[in-house]
Amino acid sequence: MSTWSDALYELLLDAGVKQVAYVPDAGHKRLIELALANPDLKTTVLTTEEEGVALLVGAYLGGDRGVLLLQSSGVGNCINMLSLAAECRVPLLMLVTMRGEWGEFNPWQVTMGQATPTVLEAMGTIVLRADDAEQIVETVRAGSVLAFDSGRMVAVLIGQRAIGAKVFRK
Amino acid sequence: MSALERRAATARLLKDRGDALVVTGLGSTTYDAFAAGDSPLTFYLWGAMGGAATVGLGLALAQPKRRVVVITGDGEMLMGLGSLATVGVQRPANLAIVVIDNGLYAETGMQRTHTASGVDLAGVARACGFAHAETVRTQGELDRLARAAYEAPGPFFASIKVAPDPTSIELAPRDGPTLRNRFRAAVLGSDAAR
Repeated sequence: MSTWSDALYELLLDAGVKQVAYVPDAGHKRLIELALANPDLKTTVLTTEEEGVALLVGAYLGGDRGVLLLQSSGVGNCINMLSLAAECRVPLLMLVTMRGEWGEFNPWQVTMGQATPTVLEAMGTIVLRADDAEQIVETVRAGSVLAFDSGRMVAVLIGQRAIGAKVFRK
Repeated sequence: MSALERRAATARLLKDRGDALVVTGLGSTTYDAFAAGDSPLTFYLWGAMGGAATVGLGLALAQPKRRVVVITGDGEMLMGLGSLATVGVQRPANLAIVVIDNGLYAETGMQRTHTASGVDLAGVARACGFAHAETVRTQGELDRLARAAYEAPGPFFASIKVAPDPTSIELAPRDGPTLRNRFRAAVLGSDAAR
């Protein structure tokens, strides 16, 4: 059980997050479970990550802060929808668990994983990164302030080195 | 049977909207809603194709005591077809999605959409677990829809089959921060600045 997920959960509640949107990822497993177990959080499972960008813009229009949990491959699915948050200057906090980098065994993850910070920045998203488990909570805290208080699109990339590279099992 | 005309159908749908929150999909449905009368409680999308239904979902979850009505086109809805499944899982009682279905991509030169070849959006919504899903073809059905879209328990879905005739472009406001701020001020009052 990863303690940084529990700390992130408390941090997000303290930041006033009311909506959590996600496409499942192993790195976010614990945080998703905590969110689903809290009846005061509105937690939405998506079919594709771009729905989450649109959902959080709607949430903001209605007065709710939210967070999008996704894997780096899902960042590619979000690209055009990020224009919505950018053009309306809607605070957007994305927590991205990385694939396709540190110790990746699946070559099909590498192209999108390597392109993830580039495409986010190309869309005007501020990219922060944590490559050590010790850095995750403070980086997300900084990101949430940038997102919610400075009204920016922020992605915190949680590196495969911090999570531990997925290993291939039969 | 003479098909419904899109601009008149949208005006009928919005006539008795009261304090409902309205999100419109890019292109013709944004123009139709603006032509029916501007309101700070209407959030016009000018892009984000495929996102109208989930903008509506996030809004409906944030404002559970308000009715939220998404009005969008068939092409826009088709690009976000998975969002009907997402809405079907969340089951917001206060959300209605109404598709103005001309079977065409009007913005790009009137190319046929999947609905013109028989894809049944109301059938998809039904299969996704919507509380109500129907296809509207007549004025009488439209008149009933113009009440039910605001009153029937959601998630509620209707596809209004409209004539393919082109309509004028009515330029709704399109500055994002302006739309955002006026909408939030109208919904949240003094909390909008927080």
